[in-house]
Amino acid sequence: MLVAGIKSRPVYGGLSVDPNARRHLFALEGEGALALTEEAARSGADFLKNADILYVASGSRAADHDKALTALGADTFWLSPTVPVLLNRLNVMLGQAKMGTRLYVAVTEGFIGQAMQVALNHGIDHASIRCEHRGSAARRVQCVHCKGVTDNVTTSPYVCTHCGLSLLVRDHYSRRIGAFQGVNIDAEEPGTAPQPEELFP
Amino acid sequence: MTINTEMKVRVAKITPVADKVKRFRFERTDGQPMPVFSGGAHIIVSMRDGQVLRRNPYSLMSAPGDTSGYEISVLRVENSRGGSAFLHEKLKEGDTLVLSQPVNLFPFDHRGKKHIMMAGGIGITPFMAMMEQMELEGRAFELHYAVRTRSHGAYWKELQQRYGAHRIKIYCDAEKLFIPVDAILENQPLGTHLYVCGPAGMISGVLGKARTHGWPKENLHSEEFLAPPPGKAFQVKLARANRTIDVASHQSILEAVEAAGIDAPYLCRGGACGQCETAVVSCDGELEHNDHFLEPDEKASGKKIMICVSRIKGNAVTLDL
Amino acid sequence: MNINFRNETFRDDYTFRNSPETIRRFPFPFHEDKYMYSVNMEPHVPAGPAGHAYNNPIDVDEHYVAEMRDRALVLKEDPLRYQALPHMMAAQWDTLELLMESQAAAYPEHFSLTKDGDRWHWVNRPLGIDQTFTFGDASTLPMEPLEFITRQAQGDFCIVDQRDGNLWMDAGMVTTQADWSLDFDVGMNFFEWHGPVPLAHEIGVFERALKFLLNLQQGKPVRRLNWTMTINPRLDTSPENYHKWGPDRATVTPENVGDKVHLRCELQSLWRLPRSNAILFVIRCYLIKMEELVTIPKWGRRFHRVLRDLPPELIDYKGLTRYRPATVEWLSKFDDGKPTTPGIYPD
Ligand code: HEM
Repeated sequence: MLVAGIKSRPVYGGLSVDPNARRHLFALEGEGALALTEEAARSGADFLKNADILYVASGSRAADHDKALTALGADTFWLSPTVPVLLNRLNVMLGQAKMGTRLYVAVTEGFIGQAMQVALNHGIDHASIRCEHRGSAARRVQCVHCKGVTDNVTTSPYVCTHCGLSLLVRDHYSRRIGAFQGVNIDAEEPGTAPQPEELFP
Repeated sequence: MTINTEMKVRVAKITPVADKVKRFRFERTDGQPMPVFSGGAHIIVSMRDGQVLRRNPYSLMSAPGDTSGYEISVLRVENSRGGSAFLHEKLKEGDTLVLSQPVNLFPFDHRGKKHIMMAGGIGITPFMAMMEQMELEGRAFELHYAVRTRSHGAYWKELQQRYGAHRIKIYCDAEKLFIPVDAILENQPLGTHLYVCGPAGMISGVLGKARTHGWPKENLHSEEFLAPPPGKAFQVKLARANRTIDVASHQSILEAVEAAGIDAPYLCRGGACGQCETAVVSCDGELEHNDHFLEPDEKASGKKIMICVSRIKGNAVTLDL
Repeated sequence: MNINFRNETFRDDYTFRNSPETIRRFPFPFHEDKYMYSVNMEPHVPAGPAGHAYNNPIDVDEHYVAEMRDRALVLKEDPLRYQALPHMMAAQWDTLELLMESQAAAYPEHFSLTKDGDRWHWVNRPLGIDQTFTFGDASTLPMEPLEFITRQAQGDFCIVDQRDGNLWMDAGMVTTQADWSLDFDVGMNFFEWHGPVPLAHEIGVFERALKFLLNLQQGKPVRRLNWTMTINPRLDTSPENYHKWGPDRATVTPENVGDKVHLRCELQSLWRLPRSNAILFVIRCYLIKMEELVTIPKWGRRFHRVLRDLPPELIDYKGLTRYRPATVEWLSKFDDGKPTTPGIYPD
């Protein structure tokens, strides 16, 4: 079974601002804040007067990235307490948005996958969403057997938190589910699963 | 790998609809139903004009689900290479012709939350079939249609009657009314798709504006059939058939190859679909790429040519045919 | 032609068998003594000796009723095996029309379709279904049109939408698959869903195949054969249930190869759909156990050679690693080293 080098593995192009967009909507998590502050330093801060920033600190609360984002002086800045609350606001804002609005998402793959799911439901083509992935390589993985999704998986195999099977994490990625695929590693000879290896630190 | 599924048809009706525009209705001679098609599709019409066999693409404008016949509308072009002149002046009701199966290189995006169409002149035809299908499927759409004068514009009255003036907007050059592209692009909901069909200048103008309004390219669609541009005559050496043929100044390579009795694959005959891509073995001269299909680096490589619209400036080209 | 539908199972007691006539009509996937991926597509026109699986555009055979029963069981456990994104409704009706018309035309004793404008009357005698409905109005059928008709047609079905120079897997009914998940793959494009396939990307197979498919024409369907192997005649070898059927791979012994090891052939056909401009991809699965296969001497010889010389990447991808040596050994008894004739049909 092919595990690595699978072409469904997303490639993220980075958070470069579309100079033509009429409105810029940023959905950022944790260190994703840096992707935006660095882009503002690179491309000039002009676009910020038409920008809305939704931010959730997640694991990097201590770094106070929200202060740096506030200092950018975007049209609106909003700090969300949790990821689901942010996704809900994103959903409502996209429902009111017009063509010419560009969506930007960073930073963990799990967060990018979930924000993209919200956007797809508004008829946005995934290729038009600009994403940046940095920091932790931890993955959001779906168990193909019980369909349970586990966030922040750093090892392969890992034990499915829902059904208890030992799962091999493949590079195969589903945009619609926003997750990588986990497949039982010792199905053919139960009990022979190797020790987990830290592959996605 | 192609099977011949061409359809023999009789010209059932020819109707003048506007200045220089005629509508042609075709019905099958074997009494079979026409295939259902999808809005935006075209057919290739094969016409025997004396010694010459002409094959031109035309968008289907009749209702996609109507299997009793197909309809196209043709503008009589001034410096026509012969297709539109033949259809307008020589073809009579009752004559027979051959049609290809429908091919769609201009489909609408079924995911679209809303569909905006912009037509210039005879570019209206694919949208007639598209709107028919969208209405049936209950989709949100609007049409912006630019005509030179009210008498030049085909079908605008019928369309307004059928779909309402709130969805069908007419802009007439002679009355100094133009499609307000910027205003239209300004306030569309996310998930809107834009379709343009008309003269090349209109297409590039509208698409350019859409990009500066921040519309992503995934939401922009256009169709333009290129007529093979004329040039100087040259020779084509067919490496596999081991023959040399002449391409006249008003002929495409594809037409010359067919006139020599050799079958080459094609679908759109307008430089869009890629079906007639042919490998260049060598070229004594310079390739003139006129298609929309090959990427710039492929054009620069000199190794491929789309024989339906491209030609060479020079003496001879050797092709893998 | 009146088909005698077999009463058999594809799970638990595995009573599935091929009659001698069905063995001869099997679409054997090797035209020569070796195998590698290629862009193997040909026009899907009637072909082969009388009775062959290539005779009709949509093939129905003696396993029809049992396969439809197995599909219903799979769906009962896991309704996610059927999926259709909302923009695929026109393509669903296209598919319903294609399958009803093809089955009624080829097997009038078993299926009939009568149309009065949009009022359609469909009769499926083997399954006891008699349905009148309005074509285009989903509320006149007990379920979505694609689900309705693919519960009555053998094989798996994917509908791919064509956009932006690519194909997108946006609907399907997949219950007899060779270890891939529709639920996971919905929404992917041609390169993405083929991501797990080894070697083929590197030798340009998918790039050329996609270019060809983007220009696939109405009225000119094409077909290709693909294959893998399965232990026990199990149709539902899904990743979802891999932990249930995976252990079977470790049960092959020299004594039970002939009965347990099956060649699994997929007769795939591709159709441009008229209203939606989408493409229907039909993956019709045929199973044959080694004992049945070697009753055709040419196939026994050839399959021995193909399996013996298969590239390691394909052995791994198709999951043959554990039982290939025993199977090659068993097949070697049926290979006398004589040359084989070209083509896939029995001599
Ligand atoms: C739209 C049509 C098609 C669909 C929906 C489709 C779908 C699939 C899927 C889902 C797989 C399994 C991938 C996995 O392991 O997860 C697969 C495998 C494969 N496909 Fe396709 N496919 C299509 C057309 C083609 C064509 C035209 C070719 C021609 C070359 C092709 C060649 C292959 C090959 C070589 C494999 C590996 C099969 C094996 O070794 O068992 N496919 N396809």
